[in-house]
Amino acid sequence: MSWLHTQLPILPVLLPAATAILLLLLGDHGGEDAGHGHRKLRWARWLALGSVLLGLAISAALVHGAAGGELRAYLVGEWPAPYGIAIVIDRLGALLLLLTSLVALPVLWYATGGWDSHGRYFHALFQFQLMGLNGAFVTGDLFNLFVFFEVLLIASYVLMVHGQGAERFRVGLHYVVLNLAASALFLIGVSLLYAKTGTLNLADLALRVPKVEGPDAAVVQAAAWLLLVVFGFKAALLPLSLWLPATYAGACAPVAALFAIMTKVGVYAIWRVHGVVFGAEAGASAYAVEQLLLPLALGTSVLGVLGALAAHTLERLVAWLTVASVGTVLVALSLFNPAAWSAGMYYMANSTLVIAGLFLLAELVAAQRGDAADRLVPASPVAQPTLLGVLMLLAAASAAGLPPLPGFIGKLMLLEASTAHTWQVAVWVTVLVVGFLTLIGLARAGSIMFWHVRHDLPDSAASGASPKLIGATLLLLAATVAMSVFAAPIQRYTEAAALQLSDRGAYARAVLGARGTATETTRPYSGRVDAPAGAASAGGTR
Amino acid sequence: MSMEFLFATGIGWVVAVGIYLLLRGRSFAVVLGLTLIGYAVNVFIFTMGRLWSAAPPILGAKELQADPLPQALVLTAIVIGFATTGFVIELALRSRHDGGSDHVDGRPDAPDDSAAPAESSR
Repeated sequence: MSWLHTQLPILPVLLPAATAILLLLLGDHGGEDAGHGHRKLRWARWLALGSVLLGLAISAALVHGAAGGELRAYLVGEWPAPYGIAIVIDRLGALLLLLTSLVALPVLWYATGGWDSHGRYFHALFQFQLMGLNGAFVTGDLFNLFVFFEVLLIASYVLMVHGQGAERFRVGLHYVVLNLAASALFLIGVSLLYAKTGTLNLADLALRVPKVEGPDAAVVQAAAWLLLVVFGFKAALLPLSLWLPATYAGACAPVAALFAIMTKVGVYAIWRVHGVVFGAEAGASAYAVEQLLLPLALGTSVLGVLGALAAHTLERLVAWLTVASVGTVLVALSLFNPAAWSAGMYYMANSTLVIAGLFLLAELVAAQRGDAADRLVPASPVAQPTLLGVLMLLAAASAAGLPPLPGFIGKLMLLEASTAHTWQVAVWVTVLVVGFLTLIGLARAGSIMFWHVRHDLPDSAASGASPKLIGATLLLLAATVAMSVFAAPIQRYTEAAALQLSDRGAYARAVLGARGTATETTRPYSGRVDAPAGAASAGGTR
Repeated sequence: MSMEFLFATGIGWVVAVGIYLLLRGRSFAVVLGLTLIGYAVNVFIFTMGRLWSAAPPILGAKELQADPLPQALVLTAIVIGFATTGFVIELALRSRHDGGSDHVDGRPDAPDDSAAPAESSR
């Protein structure tokens, strides 16, 4: 048992990887000639669901450990940091692991209702995506972050076009090309950082970035900006958010719901890199991107909600709401104080669950509206108006931030945390107006779909959705309600997480041990250990 | 000094060409642009370990050792770049097959739009 406890931090990465490999070995002949009850598909479903359930248990155990204040560093193969591969579980990482599992389980359950047979290897790709997500949340190294980004992206490329169709391939191509361009920028940023600090370990970077001064600091700040472009692209920050609605609305419902967590990878990376490494104590590079991040985050919220108001399909509306919610989380992040960070984490967890639930709900509603599908035009009434209507109301209230749902609590925490900040007025106005407009957008969609029905059209042939699909959607929305019920312990956790995040000394001690903070090696490396940096360097750096 | 100049201008030129191709309207040109940018980025990573001559990245082989880490990083980046390029080519082919055009926005082929600039979502 103690062995298991020691190996626990690496399991969120290894478990999906092993499951995915098993699923690949199991094979998949697609759904067309096999049908829903095919034996292999049933096996794959059980295996995948079991693995995600186990992943949920593991991440719950990690959250439990992290809640006690334990900051765990797992050095793969016992290679000492910063040279080996370091896995670090702190409160924020553990929280996001749990959130990923909480989204993945209902979404996968939903997908077993039929979507997984619309293409091949859905379950294996789903597991690879989880591996990339979990890896990105636990890694303690910037380059490994890049690698896990690529793992989750390459899985998402294929999941994105799952179900196929010309429209998905067209949007998918844009998505892939944009992400590949972003990856190139990521590599440039990472290597610039390496050139000036001689390390890519996040704990080590947090110690070395403050020591970079003079003209070198400008290079490091350029790297910070490049990384902001990359992470901002993943998180759909303002000028880089226009790809998201088309992509998410183009993907099939369970995939879009899973993608709800993908924007949070970008947010998480901004938190780690720009919030901590380039945060308060970063010397010449402190708050490198703060000046622009806050206005951009506010703009992202506004743009997202305006897009939601203009959306002509329900899926697009939800996709734009994703942008708006990411904007709100980034507003909290860019206030750079622990209370706001705590609010951001709480709101992020809630909004991810709500958005994922809304994506699933959008498809349930669309399936019962005949030819109109998810277009926001009056059509024949849905088969289950009460059930779907109540779910829609619940999700809308939580997304808009009506009390007593957690969206309200998160926004309230954010508003409280922004008092005394110079941008307080802008933050208050934006958050409140965005919440109000979100409500209007969702109310408009809901009233068109549930009330403004046309009885002259023939009723759609669809009977009610299967209990499984309803159950999965309900599970996601129930999780948000639970966040409201358990708001106090969760809030305590996020507050502690925010404080832990800003304590770069403790993070460095946990990862590097006493040795890392004490010894000074000659980095950036200059060829000879005894030579002063630059003497043997043809690169002309100091 | 000349080697640095050569590297800097070389990387800059390849990136410029890559960006030009990336902004074209045909998926084939876009893939080529991505590949070129990938090459330039790989050389850039390699350069960030400083430029050396006659210095192997092996401890004790010579008095002077090159930094081995960027070389390891670039290897990883090459592998990932290769895989993603393979995927994007396949996706572009499939998109052309299903959409009937290799324009990135899926516009139908017209006789004179071969030089039309892309209006992708960027």
